[in-house]
Amino acid sequence: MASREPTVLQFFPSSTSLSAKVHPVVIFNICDCYVRRPDQAERVIGTLLGSISPDGTVEIRNSYAVPHNESSDQVALDIDYHHNMLTSHQKVNPKEVIVGWYSTGFGVSGGSALIHDFYSREVANPVHLTVDTGFRNGEASIKAFVSVNLSLGDRQIAAQFQEIPLDLRMIEAERVGFDILKTTMVDKVPNDLEGMEASMERLLALIDDVYKYVDNVVERRVAPDNKIGRFISDTVNSIPKISPAAFDKLVNDSLQDHLLLLYLSSLTRTQLSLAEKLNTAAQIL
Amino acid sequence: MANPMARSFLQVAASEEVASPLRVVQIEGLAILKIIKHCKEFSPALVTGQLLGLDVGSVLEVTNCFPFPIREEDEEIEADGANYQLEMMRCLREVNVDNNTVGWYQSTLLGSFQTVELIETFMNYQENIRRCVCIIYDPSRSNQGVLALKAMKLTDSFMDLYRNNNFTGEKLREKNLSWVDIFEEIPIKVSNSALISAFMTELEAETPVSQQCDYDRLQLSTSPFMERNVEFLIECMDDLSMEQQKFQFYYRNLSRQQAQQQAWLQKRRAENMARKAAGEETLPEEDPSNPIFKPVPEPSRLDSFLITNQIANYCNQINGVVGQSFNRLYLMKALQEN
Repeated sequence: MASREPTVLQFFPSSTSLSAKVHPVVIFNICDCYVRRPDQAERVIGTLLGSISPDGTVEIRNSYAVPHNESSDQVALDIDYHHNMLTSHQKVNPKEVIVGWYSTGFGVSGGSALIHDFYSREVANPVHLTVDTGFRNGEASIKAFVSVNLSLGDRQIAAQFQEIPLDLRMIEAERVGFDILKTTMVDKVPNDLEGMEASMERLLALIDDVYKYVDNVVERRVAPDNKIGRFISDTVNSIPKISPAAFDKLVNDSLQDHLLLLYLSSLTRTQLSLAEKLNTAAQIL
Repeated sequence: MANPMARSFLQVAASEEVASPLRVVQIEGLAILKIIKHCKEFSPALVTGQLLGLDVGSVLEVTNCFPFPIREEDEEIEADGANYQLEMMRCLREVNVDNNTVGWYQSTLLGSFQTVELIETFMNYQENIRRCVCIIYDPSRSNQGVLALKAMKLTDSFMDLYRNNNFTGEKLREKNLSWVDIFEEIPIKVSNSALISAFMTELEAETPVSQQCDYDRLQLSTSPFMERNVEFLIECMDDLSMEQQKFQFYYRNLSRQQAQQQAWLQKRRAENMARKAAGEETLPEEDPSNPIFKPVPEPSRLDSFLITNQIANYCNQINGVVGQSFNRLYLMKALQEN
């Protein structure tokens, strides 16, 4: 009967709810580096740049690949290159700092711990991003990890990679172009009116979906969900109720303004071509 | 027996390659995203960067790009800028990125990018690279929900004219060059590697549907954008009218000088007649030292062309936005009726 207290394997979970947001540029960059990797390398390793917000969310904005050599038990990283690229990037954007590192390939391997160690010397709590380019599970998986120390009593024996929630974030401009970024080849960048058409079609599809859902509920084909119902009624009620006369006037005023602008710009263009004819056609006697 | 049709290796190497005209610029999604990110982060300041890629036949492929740091107005930073560029190119080459410069990109504000500096940069690049292109991105228009990305290049005829630095009216009439012929816009194609498109398609399925719809396009308020556009338009019209006044001044001077020349010539002829009658030598009918024979310099038309280009650009933008607004207004009207 040992009265010795069992030593508890303790690990300290991260105190702040750490989560990461990734900009698509980073994913594109990583994939591109993977495609261009030298033949003998199996995976690509690189640095992640970004910023850490006060509430602990890490925002990953940029990345660059770092050449490395990897064998079964050794990893060699080109540190000079890493520092050079860092200074170059910081000349453009001094606010971007190292927030972690990435590697392609599924999961975390042995060599990763060493690299993670190196990066934790550069920044306090580096985030490790794995991008599975091999589609091991038949799907694309991008995971982010932080390292948590496992300690036995007073001694530290291992570091555990703990997954943190990851969020793929897109700024509006990128969202606009997202459609063309999905396919392998787009013949031309869509101009304003075509984009308009696409947006309106999407809106129409959404409205159709909602309509079908409401129909289904009314005919008792689908169990009604009160929250959705309330949401729909809120949305419909949010259309401002203006008397038809006032609304017509509003729309017509707007239309007239726009027509005036159209007229002015056409007038300007006519003036331009006229002026040009006069300028170059003048004969010097 | 040598085939008379086959050319010797020397002949082929010696014959100059005829450059096929540039028909399309193919950009990778990665480069587009990087450009968007860089321009948007620093807007409203104007930023530039370098494009890297390959030149294949009639297609110019842009595979990567890197941004330039904002240049201070300091002499010693000039060398720094060149160092930065070399450093980046070297580092990128180590990770197998195409090391070939094919042009540069710059951000603009509401499309006011036709300046003399643009032309000069073009000429600088053209000396070193056979084919280069400039990509213009307008971050202010993406708030309207439009991807305002354009690839521009100077036309060859304009470049020849610029090299000779000769912009008189006659030369222009000779070459039949007008202000539309300065810049040439090249269609853009977007390409992505299969890996990336697989990733993006997968990821799109995970994000909720509401994020997919780019509702910014359906926003009704366009007044701030239009206001600024029209403001710029008015400024440009002022500039254009100043240029036109310069021309009028020049023509007035020219005609006045010609009248003076005629008068002088008449006097000379009368004098000569008198001298002939008196049996003396006749004086020459020309006198190059007389100041009224000094040719009046013709002002360069380059500025007025550039301003005209800008105005045309603004007008086109206004037209585009107006078209979109019409759509939105009618949509709203239909919604209200229901």
